[in-house]
Amino acid sequence: MPKNLVEIKTLKKYFHLGKDVTVKSVDDISFTIRSGETFGLVGESGSGKSTLGKTIVGLHQASGGEIIYNGKKVAELSKEEQRVANKEMQIIFQDPHASLNPRMRVGDIIAEGIDAYKLLKGKQRERRIYELLERVGLLPEHAKRYPHEFSGGQRQRIGIARALAVEPKFIVADEPISALDVSIQAQVVNLMEDLAKTEGLTYLFIAHDLGMVKHISDRIGVMYLGKMMELSDSDDMFQNPLHPYTQALLSAIPKTNPKMAKRERIMLQGDPPSPTDPPSGCRFRTRCPLAMEVCAKVEPSFKEVEPNHWTACHLYDA
Amino acid sequence: MEHLLKVDQLKVNFNTYGGEVKAVRDVSFHVDQGEIVAIVGESGSGKSVTVQSIMGLIPSPPGMIKGGSIQFEGKDLLTLSKRQMRKIKGSKIGMIFQDPMTSLNPTMKVGKQIAEALITHRNFSKANAKNKAVEMLKLVGIPNPEARFQQYPHEYSGGMRQRAMIAIALACSPDLLIADEPTTALDVTIQAQVLELMKELQKKMNTAIILITHDLGVVAETAQRVLVMYGGVVVESASVMELFENPRHPYTWGLLQSIPDTDTSEKKRLVPIAGSPPDLFSPPKGCPFAPRCKYAMDICLEEMPTDYDISDGHTAKCWLNDERAPHPETFARLGETENA
Ligand SMILES: Nc1ncnc2c1ncn2[C@@H]1O[C@H](COP(=O)(O)OP(=O)(O)OP(=O)(O)O)[C@@H](O)[C@H]1O
Ligand SMILES: Nc1ncnc2c1ncn2[C@@H]1O[C@H](COP(=O)(O)OP(=O)(O)OP(=O)(O)O)[C@@H](O)[C@H]1O
Ligand code: SF4
Ligand SMILES: [Mg+2]
Ligand SMILES: [Mg+2]
Repeated sequence: MPKNLVEIKTLKKYFHLGKDVTVKSVDDISFTIRSGETFGLVGESGSGKSTLGKTIVGLHQASGGEIIYNGKKVAELSKEEQRVANKEMQIIFQDPHASLNPRMRVGDIIAEGIDAYKLLKGKQRERRIYELLERVGLLPEHAKRYPHEFSGGQRQRIGIARALAVEPKFIVADEPISALDVSIQAQVVNLMEDLAKTEGLTYLFIAHDLGMVKHISDRIGVMYLGKMMELSDSDDMFQNPLHPYTQALLSAIPKTNPKMAKRERIMLQGDPPSPTDPPSGCRFRTRCPLAMEVCAKVEPSFKEVEPNHWTACHLYDA
Repeated sequence: MEHLLKVDQLKVNFNTYGGEVKAVRDVSFHVDQGEIVAIVGESGSGKSVTVQSIMGLIPSPPGMIKGGSIQFEGKDLLTLSKRQMRKIKGSKIGMIFQDPMTSLNPTMKVGKQIAEALITHRNFSKANAKNKAVEMLKLVGIPNPEARFQQYPHEYSGGMRQRAMIAIALACSPDLLIADEPTTALDVTIQAQVLELMKELQKKMNTAIILITHDLGVVAETAQRVLVMYGGVVVESASVMELFENPRHPYTWGLLQSIPDTDTSEKKRLVPIAGSPPDLFSPPKGCPFAPRCKYAMDICLEEMPTDYDISDGHTAKCWLNDERAPHPETFARLGETENA
């Protein structure tokens, strides 16, 4: 396996809403996801996290730029290679309720990919379903039941089992725990961590809960209005956030230790700007407490300002 | 001192095709003037139903208040007529819902919705109501309030809608504000703005607030006291400091353990609560948490524990706190080390 499983180069995904209205949901983003790592993706609601994830796994067609999977440009793959890539890249969605067909039995839901790619049949297929159920902490007899008979956490496990069925290498997990009870979230996160180890999976983990993202991720990327604003090792990001947006974001996490709860918080003023009409220069400048004159004029480039620590902000112009 | 709000032995059932759901079972608590009380707990544990009962919002059928009382400023809200209740709701108790779109009127300008409340409940003149409404929009941090007064809810962003709701709820300076997950749908940065605003209003206007949330961080930062609910009952009740430092119910231990600690770079494995949330159609006859509790004893499955007094203002509904329980000290320490 190459060092980088997924390479994203100047990726763009635009949606055209009307004649002259375009949302630049993913706008010129470049980064890499290393083989075997969990890459956390955080940022403002509507900043383009889901769009980025869906574009990478091919659910959206990119408007520009390229995606390199396993060392090869996805756009230039042969039909057969494309099929393999599609199989190896899976996505788990936020709402375990909406993403499971209520009229299908759990066993058939899990086997959706197996059937689509005609991987196994009959007894072998059945054995594989049981094995997968067990793998995610469910029981073989659950195969005959319907999704509504399961709790939220169990349903999310079913979604994970379905993704695992086709032996993926890369999984985009789009807010896999947001819809779950606090007491169940940890069950699912532990399961995902175990699977990363035993199956050698690579994850793109999208979430709002920064505590969970820090817990599970090796590296973290921060998005704002279609742009990647900062990228670094997970610990480094929390100890030494460089971008003013990241600083505000991290300072806004409520602390669960009531003794530490009273501390300095960077309050962002105003609302996020409209994605169809983003500010000139740096997109964060309308809410940035440190904005300078240059920020309205020139868009800051995304560069490595410290070893393995990237950011797009004029404060770090040499 | 007399409590502003006193809920006593509240019981609420729902008749559904699957059977009778006992959504709230003997819930008792109080709220004093100017105090923020948080309610946390499992999804479906009865948090929303509890506060909907206070507001007279339980749909009936299928809902039924089976017993108990809700004293507010000396009156039992459960015995008031619809008209009397409407008067209290507009002026003395305000409510913020999780989804602002369901409670803002989409066909009416936001400013007018605030002004309307002032005219109906506070006898404001039209002109005064408008001025006050603009002032309220400004107070909740909506930029350019004069222009925003003239806009409809769909022209507001999610965070602004939530703040507009707060403006409506607070326009008549209620004595009690009920906020049901007011920030769950918001970004952390916008969440911080909204919570800051609520704290400020509590200080400035001495408003009491009931805050329902899933987020223990929000509790730690905002509330003075907290109720923990599970399976339709309040399983623990304490000051915020006491709950985090000396939790005495296994469900509370579980909640505290399942959140990761962001202040350390050590990667500790999370400790989830095993099992699934309870089935309210046939709640276990003993402690509702017993089927998932790793400390459960025989008695736990048989009989509902009472509220044990741990210290002044701290109660826990768990048999482990009974003096007859084996090694209560050991268990208490177990809870501590797991949280450490
Ligand atoms: N299919 C679509 N058509 C048009 N616009 C879209 C579409 N999907 C997403 N968008 C827009 O693209 C932007 C980014 O949306 P996206 O769902 O990727 O954000 P997100 O970061 O995942 O937000 P959240 O945290 O709320 O899930 C938003 O402005 C959204 O309205
Ligand atoms: N209108 C209704 N009809 C039938 N059952 C209801 C109704 N409203 C609430 N319930 C039931 O009452 C129980 C308690 O619900 P409630 O909404 O109070 O939970 P909650 O603690 O607020 O949960 P969440 O955190 O998910 O909002 C649930 O089992 C729910 O299904
Ligand atoms: S009463 Fe028993 S089952 Fe319930 S929480 Fe306490 S020890 Fe566990
Ligand atoms: Mg999303
Ligand atoms: Mg609720």
